[in-house]
Amino acid sequence: MPSEKMLMRGSNVVGEAAVRAGCRYYFGYPITPQNELPEYLSWRLPEVGGTFIQAESEIASINMVMGAAAAGARVMTSSSSPGIALKQEGISYMAGQELPCVVANMMRGGPGLGNIAPSAADYFQATRGGGNGDYRTPTLAPAGGQELAEMVFVAFDLADTYRTPVMLLGDGLMGQVMEPVVFPDPIDPASLPQKDYILDGCEGRDPRAIYSLILDPPALMEHNLKLQAKYDLIAEKEVRYDTVELDDAEIIVVAYGTAARIAEEAVHELRAQGHAAGIFRPITLWPYPKQQLRELARDGRKVAVFELSLGQMVEDVILSVGERAPIYFYGVPGGVIPTPADVTDFLHSALADDGKVGRRIEV
Amino acid sequence: MSAEVAYQKVFGYPESLKPAQTHYCPGCGHSIAHRLVAECLDELGMREKTIGVPPVGCAVLAYNYFNFDMVEAPHGRALAVATGIKRVHPDKLVLTYQGDGDLAAIGTAETIHAANRGEKITTIFINNAIYGMTGGQMAPTTTLGQVATTAPGGREPERHGRPIDISRMLAVSDGTVYIERCSLTSVKNIRKAKKAIMKAFRAQLDGLGFTLVELLSPCPTNWKMTPKAAWEWIDTEMVKTYPLGVIKDNTGYEDKK
Repeated sequence: MPSEKMLMRGSNVVGEAAVRAGCRYYFGYPITPQNELPEYLSWRLPEVGGTFIQAESEIASINMVMGAAAAGARVMTSSSSPGIALKQEGISYMAGQELPCVVANMMRGGPGLGNIAPSAADYFQATRGGGNGDYRTPTLAPAGGQELAEMVFVAFDLADTYRTPVMLLGDGLMGQVMEPVVFPDPIDPASLPQKDYILDGCEGRDPRAIYSLILDPPALMEHNLKLQAKYDLIAEKEVRYDTVELDDAEIIVVAYGTAARIAEEAVHELRAQGHAAGIFRPITLWPYPKQQLRELARDGRKVAVFELSLGQMVEDVILSVGERAPIYFYGVPGGVIPTPADVTDFLHSALADDGKVGRRIEV
Repeated sequence: MSAEVAYQKVFGYPESLKPAQTHYCPGCGHSIAHRLVAECLDELGMREKTIGVPPVGCAVLAYNYFNFDMVEAPHGRALAVATGIKRVHPDKLVLTYQGDGDLAAIGTAETIHAANRGEKITTIFINNAIYGMTGGQMAPTTTLGQVATTAPGGREPERHGRPIDISRMLAVSDGTVYIERCSLTSVKNIRKAKKAIMKAFRAQLDGLGFTLVELLSPCPTNWKMTPKAAWEWIDTEMVKTYPLGVIKDNTGYEDKK
């Protein structure tokens, strides 16, 4: 049965949703602004017979995740931007080993230590692979609240279905804000499909080895091609996005996560002023809803990209839209959160093509 | 007397080893260490209940030789990976097999903290005082004066720092129950090493805490010695920095004489 409606902080929503999605193992290292999540799981997991370990580092925690995933468990870790950078080695290994896990990133300002304010400057890190090698990390970017809870379930299912690490990309604001949420039906881990690749002692079968080292170049090429076929399948089947008032829109705002929620206010304001604006909100950042956005960029519509960074997702928008529509960009970095009025100004500027707020992208 | 009982197998290939030819150099200690681990698991009847983690280093391909479940860890992270495994399967014997660079340089943090948490894991620590797979660079355990490709004039304390005795460091932690240093240089020492590995496994299975057996292991190729000279170097030189013997034993087991 779904839960009753509860008022919860975003980080706790992720923790509770993970438990209800059948996750019984969490390994992590404290970093602001996501500490509420490990704190929550530190008491919640033992309550359901699970294991919580505060590791000695982000590096150790992702490798504990690797061990637990190899042992067959639903497992997750979480961190914030610079901590995720440290986990990239493990994520790359797990991509190569085809081991499932969920990694939550409550983004903060960067580069380096940056600050602890909400930002969204890890789009490249998440979607372009911060680790080495030819691999992709399916990345879910919920807009907070209810969707945060639901995407945790989706993340675990994607991870297990495709045997891959999956990134849940939130930000410090989403992690802190309390919102009402109804959790989906809880999943009993024992009811999850059996995995035929895990390590649990080789009783009655041949020993298994899980590794990413493949010294023979043609054999590694085969492995890379096999992974790519999997990524192609994910790109074909797992694209997610949402739209708001796009039917008659003359300007399409493209934004994800917290930025999309700010943009939604701006769009309502614009509508009140008589401008037909709408929102295209990618939920999967990889695979990016390229085709869907491309099809919308027609009939003289303008595309206005708004990010809490200096322009990362905009590159995927350019790849999707090309020269089919004029593209405008407005980004605010460093953990500064623009108001809906700032975004409204940007949209007016894009409609007027006057270059006052943001800029037009030369494709 | 029937033929079946007239001939008994008294020596053979351990079941916990695959019948494979290894890639190890002549005179390398890995083959001996592999065999000891395998014999112990056979004698404990644990082959099918064991999950191992090989290192990055010369033994990175150990899963091609050990006949039980294994998962490869990134360089230095074996004990973090093993922690994840053991927490999911507390009833299994979990071991890491790590070299000096893996355990005592890049993986120092993971090593110390897994040991200090008292993870019920056994580490087989191969100390050959050199980076083998990458071609003879200085290891954290390279002894003073020992030549390495990145310490061509020999290791100097001021320039390179001193060799690290990680086993003794780990013994300070209350999470560790049994740590012994052995060498792979003679039948007597090899038998002693096997006893130590058995004891470590037993302590793990009894849930006592973290156990580690350090094995001083010859690397004739990168030491630029014959296998015989390599054994002699361990016996006469290496043991000065790394004296053999029990470093810590809180198992409470009575040793059979």
